[in-house]
Parts: sequence; C-alpha cells; structure tokens
Amino acid sequence: MHSFFLYLAVMAGVTYLVRMLPLVLLRRKLKNRFLLSFLYYIPYAVLTVMTIPAIFYAVGSWYAAAAGFVVAVLLSLRERSLVVVAACSCLAVFAVELLQKL
Amino acid sequence: MREQNSFAKGVRDGLPICFGYLSVAFAFGIFALSHGLTVVESVLMSMTNVTSAGQLAAVPIIATGGTLIELAVSQLVINLRYALMSVSLSQKLGPSVRLIDRFLISFVNTDEVFAVASSQNGAVGRKYMYGLILMPFLGWSAGTLIGAAAGEFLPEIVISALGIAIYGMFIAIVLPKAKGHRPTAACVGIAIVLSCVFTYVPVLKEIPRGFTVILCAVVAAAVMAILAPVGEEEDHA
Repeated sequence: MHSFFLYLAVMAGVTYLVRMLPLVLLRRKLKNRFLLSFLYYIPYAVLTVMTIPAIFYAVGSWYAAAAGFVVAVLLSLRERSLVVVAACSCLAVFAVELLQKL
Repeated sequence: MREQNSFAKGVRDGLPICFGYLSVAFAFGIFALSHGLTVVESVLMSMTNVTSAGQLAAVPIIATGGTLIELAVSQLVINLRYALMSVSLSQKLGPSVRLIDRFLISFVNTDEVFAVASSQNGAVGRKYMYGLILMPFLGWSAGTLIGAAAGEFLPEIVISALGIAIYGMFIAIVLPKAKGHRPTAACVGIAIVLSCVFTYVPVLKEIPRGFTVILCAVVAAAVMAILAPVGEEEDHA
C-alpha cells in the first residue's frame, strides 16, 4: 500500500510519456505510403474495437444497450452530430430500461 | 495545405466532446467514490490523466493496494494506443505548432480529441488545438467532480443510460466515414471480427483487454493499409 499521490504520480507519468514522446520526437512529415495509410485507418480501427462488443455491456441489460446501439447507427448513417447521436442513444436506453421496470 | 488555426473553431469542435465526457466522467466519479477514493482524489486523477479506460483500470488497483509496477504496466498497455494517435497527430500539426505546444497538446490527446483533429481538412494549428482540448479537459474534470460529489443521489436508471453516451459518439465518428469510403468500412468490419474473437474465444479472451485493443486495431489498420493504401487525392487524415 502506497500513498495515493505516489500512485497518482506513476499513472499520470506513464500516461503522459506515452502521449508526449511520439508527438515531440516525430516532427518531420512521414513519406512512406504504407505508414500514412496505416495512420489514416488506425483511429477508425481503435474506436471500432473499443465500441464492439463493449457497447452491449455498457448499460443495465443487453437489449437496452442494443436499442441504444441501433439508434446510434441509424442516426450516424444520417450523419447527425456527435451530441445528437449520443443523446438519442441514451434516451433509447433509458426508454427501454423504463419499460422493463413497468 | 491550409492550416486550420481558429481558437473559436477549436472550442466549438470541442464542445460535443465535452458533453460526451461529462457523462462518462460523471460515471467515473461515482465508480471512484464507490471504491473508496475521496472526491478530491477522483478529480485530481481526472485532471492529471484525462483517460477513461486507464483510470477505470487504475482505481481497483489503488483501492486494493496493488504494486506500483502493476499500476504502471496497466497504464502503459491500456494507453499505448495514444502513442499511435500521437504519431498520427504529429503528421497533422501545422507549422504554427511549436515544441512547447507539442508538450502541452499531448497532455490531452484523447481518443475523441484525436478523432476530431484528424477529421479536419488539411493541417491543424496551435490555436485550434488549444481550443479543441480546452472544453474536453474541463468537461472531464467537472464531470468527475459532479459524479463523485452528487452521483450517489441520482437514480440508478439514469446513471445506467448515460453509460452508452461515449459509444454513441464513437459510432458517430466512424460510421459516416465508413459509409463514404469502402476500405474504411472494410477496416471497421475486420476490427469488429477481431475484437469479438478476442472477447469471446476461450484462451484468447484471457489476454488483458488493454493489449488486445491495440493488437486488433493494428492488424485491421495494417491489412487495409496494404490492400487499399490511401492516395494523396483521398488523404483526409
């Protein structure tokens, strides 16, 4: 058991170094086409992996989550803004969870 | 290449991220408090780390008096994806970004900040980036404070529904791009299959999640970078 501040310093330090070093050290433009393509795809890949299947376990029940998921997918395909998609997704989950309680 | 360098535009683009973070940070505040952290400790953790997954993993380790090594390794593995994002972001920063700016901007290079910066056409400047990270940082800190301080009084059903907000945002970032660009859609498809394999298949599912997130994403992005390299003309990244 260490003091909270020692824990805090370690986790903040590691997290910052991971973020900071590449941004500070890599200051030239990359030319390699594979690397550029890889970097283009990586954010979409990371966000997808973090969302599926975790989204189905994010709320009380999987079917409430599924309702939120479907709403988010439909609104995203219609290119609604992030806030609208997130808010409507929450409302869908809330509605399903409310129905379950009745 | 024109540089996007309006502070106001950055703040505007950061607002939706801020709202998204409020709910997640709120949930984190409740989570941290329920594990025995104080309100001040919870908020300090959010202000110094600004990472949802890393903090969620750290709280139980700290609460159970885990070792510093365990804590450091968990943060390294879970947050290693930021290194990839920082590499990518380093290619996106325009000439107005000085070395000192890179030290500061990288502190709040979160998934969402990175995604929004990446989605800009052309390079991004220092003023735009400071505007972009301001509101998410405040939202993340304030959300934690509100969650830790008042979360206990909200009904369970409201807290539960808010848990899906961040994923809704992720979907709203990925799908419009996948809809208009087939290789991106293929990349998303590969990522989904791999992610499910490493979540459900016996043995494979035992590998720590922080590690498999990186593995799945790297494989999906590398496969598509080989099969469908992004040319100059469609290089939106």
